[in-house]
Amino acid sequence: MDRAAHVEAAPAISIAGLAKTYASGLQALKRVDLEIRRGEIFALLGPNGAGKTTLISVVCGIVTPTAGRVLVEGHDIVRDYRAARSKIGLVPQELHTDMFESVWGTVRFSRGLFGLPPDAAHLERVLRDLSLWEKRNDKIMTLSGGMKRRVLIAKALAHEPEILFLDEPTAGVDVELRRDMWALVRRLRERGVTIILTTHYIEEAEEMADRIGVVSKGELIVVEEKTTLMKKLGKKQLTLHLEAPMTAVPAGLAEWNLVLANGGTELEYTFLASEERAAIPALLRRLGDLGVAYKDLNTHQSSLEDIFVTLVSERA
Amino acid sequence: MSTATRFPAFNRQGVLAIYRFEMARARRTLWQSLVTPVITTSLYFVVFGAAIGSRMSEVDGVAYGAFIVPGLMMLALFTESLSNASFGIYLPRFTGTIYEVLSAPVSPLEMVLGYVGAAATKSVILGLVILATATFFVPVRILHPGWMAAFLVLTATTFSLFGFIIGIWAKGFEQLQFIPMLVITPLTFLGGAFYSIDMLPGAWRTFSLFNPVVYLISGFRWSFYGTADVGVALSLAMTLAFFCLCLALVWWIFRTGYRLKS
Repeated sequence: MDRAAHVEAAPAISIAGLAKTYASGLQALKRVDLEIRRGEIFALLGPNGAGKTTLISVVCGIVTPTAGRVLVEGHDIVRDYRAARSKIGLVPQELHTDMFESVWGTVRFSRGLFGLPPDAAHLERVLRDLSLWEKRNDKIMTLSGGMKRRVLIAKALAHEPEILFLDEPTAGVDVELRRDMWALVRRLRERGVTIILTTHYIEEAEEMADRIGVVSKGELIVVEEKTTLMKKLGKKQLTLHLEAPMTAVPAGLAEWNLVLANGGTELEYTFLASEERAAIPALLRRLGDLGVAYKDLNTHQSSLEDIFVTLVSERA
Repeated sequence: MSTATRFPAFNRQGVLAIYRFEMARARRTLWQSLVTPVITTSLYFVVFGAAIGSRMSEVDGVAYGAFIVPGLMMLALFTESLSNASFGIYLPRFTGTIYEVLSAPVSPLEMVLGYVGAAATKSVILGLVILATATFFVPVRILHPGWMAAFLVLTATTFSLFGFIIGIWAKGFEQLQFIPMLVITPLTFLGGAFYSIDMLPGAWRTFSLFNPVVYLISGFRWSFYGTADVGVALSLAMTLAFFCLCLALVWWIFRTGYRLKS
């Protein structure tokens, strides 16, 4: 296989043994290995200070790694930085904008910076996609925070990147913009753009991501398909609302480890989502056999947030 | 791989983007970047040219008012190059917008070309505007226009490079002002902007020769009136040496990522 074919088949991003220790001695990343597939939406989850932004900053060339190697579509980010960086668009977490520039001026600047000739039609499309077209002649300093966030996204898309990094894209953003942004991310994915987003809004990852990586204290502790992760670690809970309160769980139900709640009026059965199939019908049959009457029942599946809290606290 | 994904060896668009951005910044602050220096220079002519100059004898056969023109141009060139270039790179560091330039496929050389090129252009324009202003007050002649242009461009570029270094080194706005105020202004005033160092007593004259600014002003004045405090070749050599020193420092900055990357 020649080099060109090798590059074509390469994953969007391939990170091997990446470590970063800042001059202050802070070890932000400890040997991270990660592959991002082409065209996927990958969510990096983790508490503040876990190393998410450092990871992104290294890939984008803003932070120099202490050790390790990063390939962007087969291009080394150090040796072949031009090819690597030209494929990436970055939307930073902080609202860093040139206050005195116009919206149009700043997106034009971004496109040129990435080596592309002016293309008014593309920039217009980007601005319209982000509902910024009407504001194109406004100075950035006159825009609201949400609008500034849109401007940063427009800047990142000005050079038609194949990979888009969104660092906390919806932090401090209102519900409407959040929905807009999710819709935009989906549209981009349909066009084949690979998207990596960091967030601590679990619902965002749950809503958007194909795969999820959990970062904690500079380590990538889990990388998994979202559905697999939820299936594997997700807990389900069945609550039975009883006709008559109980004082103790009947001995015949011992194998399910049931818990009495709400003053004995509810029976709770907690189980891993992956083992649900046989357990519930059997439990319900046994309840019928024992003559335990219930007026209602509901099940609750734990969210990614519950999973995430469990994962991070296990490590703590 | 298709040619579409191959990146050009030189990011011309990137250089142009930075250059245009910096020039646009100057247009927004036209008053500050052009009108203020012109007014200051006019005041110098009123004070030194008309009020005091009329009582001064000629220096090296040149009327005092005309004699100070090259020195005044240099003074403006130093300060404006430094402040323009240092502010140009410090501002994105301060506001955080530098992230975009650092994450772009822009090489250090291209970054310097954009920022320093724009700062030097502005300084050269300013120098020429001051020259035009001077002709309203005093008779100015230029014996060697080619050399005049060469010294103008070289000095503007060198001090813009120096300003770029300061802009990367500075940790705050006060440090941005520190070197121009405490080092450059005294060196310029003592560097023969307003007098020929031959007018100084012996010891001070020798002492002056350690001031690099003397060589810059002397060479520049020679291109106007054909007279110089030190040899023209030496002036040119010193200017080039200072230019190379700044280049080396910039090269080191990018090699180590000093205060640009963590």
